[in-house]
Amino acid sequence: MKSPKSFGYGSKKKTAETALVTVVIVWVCMLILMPLYGIVKEACTSGLFSGLISITRPDALHSFYLTLMLTVGAVVVNTFFGIVLAIVLVRQEFKGKLALNGLIDLPFAVSPIVAGFMFITLYGPYGWIGSLFEAHGVKIIYAFPGMMIATLFVTFPFVVREVVPVLREYGVEQEEAAFVLGATKWQTFWKVTLPSIKWGLVYGITLTVARSIGEFGAVMVVSGAIINKTQTATLFTHQQFTNFDYSGAFAAAVVLASVSFITLVIMQYIQKRK
Amino acid sequence: MRNKTITSGDLLLRTLSLGYISLLIILPVCALSYEALQSGAGTVWHQITLPQAIASLRLTLILAFIIALINIITGTATAWVLVRYDFPLKKVINAIIDLPFAIPTVVTGIMLVAFYGPNSIIGGFLQKCDIEIIFNKPGIVLALLFVTFPFVVRAVQPVLIEMERDMEEAAQTLGATAPQVFVRIILPTLLPSILTGGALSLSRALGEFGSVVIVAGNIPFKTLVAPVYIYGEMESYNRAGATSVSFVLLLISFLILITIHCLQKWSRRHEIA
Repeated sequence: MKSPKSFGYGSKKKTAETALVTVVIVWVCMLILMPLYGIVKEACTSGLFSGLISITRPDALHSFYLTLMLTVGAVVVNTFFGIVLAIVLVRQEFKGKLALNGLIDLPFAVSPIVAGFMFITLYGPYGWIGSLFEAHGVKIIYAFPGMMIATLFVTFPFVVREVVPVLREYGVEQEEAAFVLGATKWQTFWKVTLPSIKWGLVYGITLTVARSIGEFGAVMVVSGAIINKTQTATLFTHQQFTNFDYSGAFAAAVVLASVSFITLVIMQYIQKRK
Repeated sequence: MRNKTITSGDLLLRTLSLGYISLLIILPVCALSYEALQSGAGTVWHQITLPQAIASLRLTLILAFIIALINIITGTATAWVLVRYDFPLKKVINAIIDLPFAIPTVVTGIMLVAFYGPNSIIGGFLQKCDIEIIFNKPGIVLALLFVTFPFVVRAVQPVLIEMERDMEEAAQTLGATAPQVFVRIILPTLLPSILTGGALSLSRALGEFGSVVIVAGNIPFKTLVAPVYIYGEMESYNRAGATSVSFVLLLISFLILITIHCLQKWSRRHEIA
């Protein structure tokens, strides 16, 4: 009784099934696949060569470099704090834990524009923290640190949310066994805990990478989008588009879309391993 | 062996977590709320009831609810088809569902302009029929549908996979029609996850910027959504306006978070029952 066909509704059921499958496939095609095809086609027909020139200019290369730096920063910092937070949430009990747990999802719920503006009010030249740094000549907003904070914010939940369920399911028995056998806490973490959360962690990191590369709104607000200085790859793409350099915009978009596509393939692979 | 006393290591981890969350989330939220309420709730009210502000908020809310509703239907249907039926290219379609999470929002916007814009085959044809998609509301709907598509599918899919079939089979044997089985037996089990996915779509649609700013044309009173309005006010140095509308969006985000939390509690109770 595995297939619904065997319930004996006959051809009527079969027709309904085919219709529903068709509708879903058409929907996915119109919404996702066709636009993807559209941009590749546009990039090829609107001047492949001039597009290539646009995205190999120094300002373009600098924007790709900046995106790479932000991505590496987000992965390193949020992997560290993501694991720490997951351990605290799963293994410790304290007042306010529930509220803390709820706050982790805020970056998913809040608009990137609002997020960026929050950072301007706190880390901007007149903000509580920003003014302290400004007094020592350190600029956070409209500079790299501000963009790093914005990227950290939008990618923050990914590692925590992937590691928490794995850690919870895995339990403490093996860690306790290692502890009884004389392993230090540090050894237990590296040899027992980390291998067990490996795939959840890798999946969280992949999502962090994808989001860091793609983040636009929050970074735009805090960066000021200064060419050759605080312009990331997505900001560059947007600027080419608004400057009517369509071949450049399409070429940059295709590069970014290809990176997303590779990320997606990696995601599928990891999900199978999990 | 594992006693309840807190070691210094535990304390260090806890301090690190709290410190990081404070700098990244708690303090920024406080700073924005403080700045918004500093000059009194009257100022906030005045700023958000300015004609352009209220129009952008209204448009954003209406569109977000429409998007959530469409996603609830299409997302549930997609999850259903992916779990219950076999068809060619099923694995590919299943993989493609996640693409909107991986693609940068700016690229989404440009993609939609390339395919549905006035210079494309489809856009050109529709323009002859006097239908404008890009730089009008249908474009915003398309962009929002694209970026929110995975939420309901990915919320419903695991529940549908886990679901026991014996109740359905029993009902069918007793002579229930397919719609009856769906409404009476399948829907109640799926409802918490469908609504969770819907709430996630709603919050994402309320906040989306990158894809919308490209496809909307951003015409005040017509296609200017709240996040784009905030950005515009910031650019034109109307800080009070930007702060007030941001504060409202932030409050809505909190409301949705609390709703999702309650929905998840509900679905867990459902599991036990």
